[in-house]
Amino acid sequence: MTPSKTDSSVDGSVAIEAINITKIFGSGADEVRALDDVSVTIRENEFFTLLGPSGCGKTTLLRLIAGFEHPTAGQILLSGSAIGHLPPFQRPVNTVFQNYALFPHMTVAQNIAFGLEMQGKPRAEIDDTVKQMLLLVRMQALAERQTSQLSGGQQQRVALARALAPRPNVLLLDEPLSALDLKLRKEMQIELKRLQHETGITFIFVTHDQEEALTMSDRVAVMNEGKIRQIGTPREIYDHPGERFVAHFIGETNFVEGELISANGSTGQVRLTSGAEVPASLPAERVAPGRVSLVIRPEHAELTENPDAGVFQGQIDNVVYFGTDTHYYLHLDDGTPFMVRLQNQRDEVSTFARGSRAGVTVKGNAAQVLLD
Amino acid sequence: MALVETVPGPTAQHTTLSGEEATAQAERKTRRLRWILLTPALAIICGIGIMPLSIILVYSFMSPGPYAGISWEPTFDAWISLVLERDIFDDTLQLNDAHISILFRSLWLALLTTVLTLIFGFPLAYFIATRPARQRNLWLFMISLPFWSNLLVRTFAMMLFLRDDGYINNVLLLIGLIDKPMILIYTEFAVAVGLVYAFLPLMVMPLYASMEKLDFRLIEAGYDLYANRLQVLRRVIIPLVKPGIVAGCILVFIPAIGSWVTPKLLGGGKGLMVGNLISNQFGTSRDWPLGSAIALFLMLMVMIALIIYVRNSTAARDHG
Ligand SMILES: Nc1ncnc2c1ncn2[C@@H]1O[C@H](COP(=O)(O)OP(=O)(O)O)[C@@H](O)[C@H]1O
Ligand SMILES: [Mg+2]
Repeated sequence: MTPSKTDSSVDGSVAIEAINITKIFGSGADEVRALDDVSVTIRENEFFTLLGPSGCGKTTLLRLIAGFEHPTAGQILLSGSAIGHLPPFQRPVNTVFQNYALFPHMTVAQNIAFGLEMQGKPRAEIDDTVKQMLLLVRMQALAERQTSQLSGGQQQRVALARALAPRPNVLLLDEPLSALDLKLRKEMQIELKRLQHETGITFIFVTHDQEEALTMSDRVAVMNEGKIRQIGTPREIYDHPGERFVAHFIGETNFVEGELISANGSTGQVRLTSGAEVPASLPAERVAPGRVSLVIRPEHAELTENPDAGVFQGQIDNVVYFGTDTHYYLHLDDGTPFMVRLQNQRDEVSTFARGSRAGVTVKGNAAQVLLD
Repeated sequence: MALVETVPGPTAQHTTLSGEEATAQAERKTRRLRWILLTPALAIICGIGIMPLSIILVYSFMSPGPYAGISWEPTFDAWISLVLERDIFDDTLQLNDAHISILFRSLWLALLTTVLTLIFGFPLAYFIATRPARQRNLWLFMISLPFWSNLLVRTFAMMLFLRDDGYINNVLLLIGLIDKPMILIYTEFAVAVGLVYAFLPLMVMPLYASMEKLDFRLIEAGYDLYANRLQVLRRVIIPLVKPGIVAGCILVFIPAIGSWVTPKLLGGGKGLMVGNLISNQFGTSRDWPLGSAIALFLMLMVMIALIIYVRNSTAARDHG
């Protein structure tokens, strides 16, 4: 598999399609380009995540889909038809807001019933659905509570139930877990996956937490400065980052320089500054032979006892023990910092000490050539 | 304390207070201090609130004096003549149409003023609350600007607009919409216009105060959950700003029903309100007991209306 920036190869039916979306706020000197020519296709029943640092335009993209903002250019299709002219209350899309936005003048059950009432559903059906939703998010006991008397996690569940109750085609979740503490967040991550699985509704999930994105998503779009940098499964994004930003934003990474000397389809041969040659994966877009940057994940490298073996040689500056593994911080002979992560065995004493020299080998073609 | 109790002998008992007694004494001291600090406020409430009220209560059960004031002969005449009058020919009691129509007009005009200020004030307050924070103070300043001048002056200014040869008639004549001046001044309509103009800021301020605290993301949540504009207004905005609506209605209704200047200057004979009726009793009619009785009756009516209103609106809120 090769990394790709565009997203043409989508199979299954399409839930949401954003085509060349640009969104500009303000004008003149205050102009902010929140989204810049963003195209993305989201499949039905998919758990799709928008991942990126704060201010990269994630919320803006959700608000465009929900109908709270209108694109400056481009259009959004829902199940194949344009929805640009529809106000938010006519789009079969619901939102779980970042701060939950529960109605404080209503009970839990009234909050959940709200969307159904506005859709004009008969009372009996509303009561039924509310009961189901309370069961789904495990809040049966608190149906008559005022929302101000709920904990953060409980409010989160009510917000989910309220947004799921009208059975939207697509559920938008804007950093729904960011206000929760770590333990609750882990719990809700599992809960969200379960809800998505049980309801079969397309989830578009926004987060700035890369770990959350990797563990929960079917596919991830990595965003930066209003652009989508890469779209793929968590494994594709992690193993085959296309750009320096993506590689850097997700997981820990080593960047090394080299020279692409031959390319054959999706793999090529790179000569490193040490003179050694390694096989490497190439991005989908053609890369011309010549100087390139490479990504090598710390767990895809190993140390050799013989300081002259391996593809790089360097000196160990620091050794940090983490329980499951140990991190070795080196500087290579050309000055590049490099980190190697080795899994620990029980009662095994490391032979690599701080200050000693070591060689570095790279497993298989774990090296990935970047576009930039 | 335990130490004190274990020390035997009379000396310990006499020189040291037990802990309980000490705290009790401290409590008495703070309680006394509390009353001392409350005295100025209580004096004001009693002096300018309860005392005059008691005086009018007593006056309302006395007979009118020959020229003004009262003569100390107890009677229910004032309370009876509140709504009844003695026929000058056969001395039978009949409903006093003049008083009753003035009371109903006051109630009607006060309610109309409250409803109209709410209808105009609600969008205005919403507009101000949705401006960028820096513009809001400017808007509030402009809304409250009329308060900076005297109500009498402002009402005279209204007369300039409403008179037969006032600005409104002149402009309408000029553009040919009418061919003779409309009768605007000295009507109930003129009083209503004057009252709405005078009390609009009193409605806008509390409405704005509660709308400013409104979380506008809740409105988006409403739209997101299939509520159209009207439903968002009815189901989300109004319930959330209800405290402001209640406060605004009370603040407008009470002074409106007792208003005096506006009906006096803009209402003429056909627009008299209960405030004018009361002032007449202390002036030309020289019937202080009746004036006192009407004043108390008005107060009673307002209090009953308030109790019903507040009870209803809080009950509605408790039921979502
Ligand atoms: N209503 C708005 N007016 C002006 N600028 C905005 C508005 N909404 C968002 N922005 C700007 O657009 C950019 C993207 O914002 P946002 O989509 O909220 O980012 P994210 O959710 O990824 O943190 C930011 O620079 C933000 O300041
Ligand atoms: Mg955001």
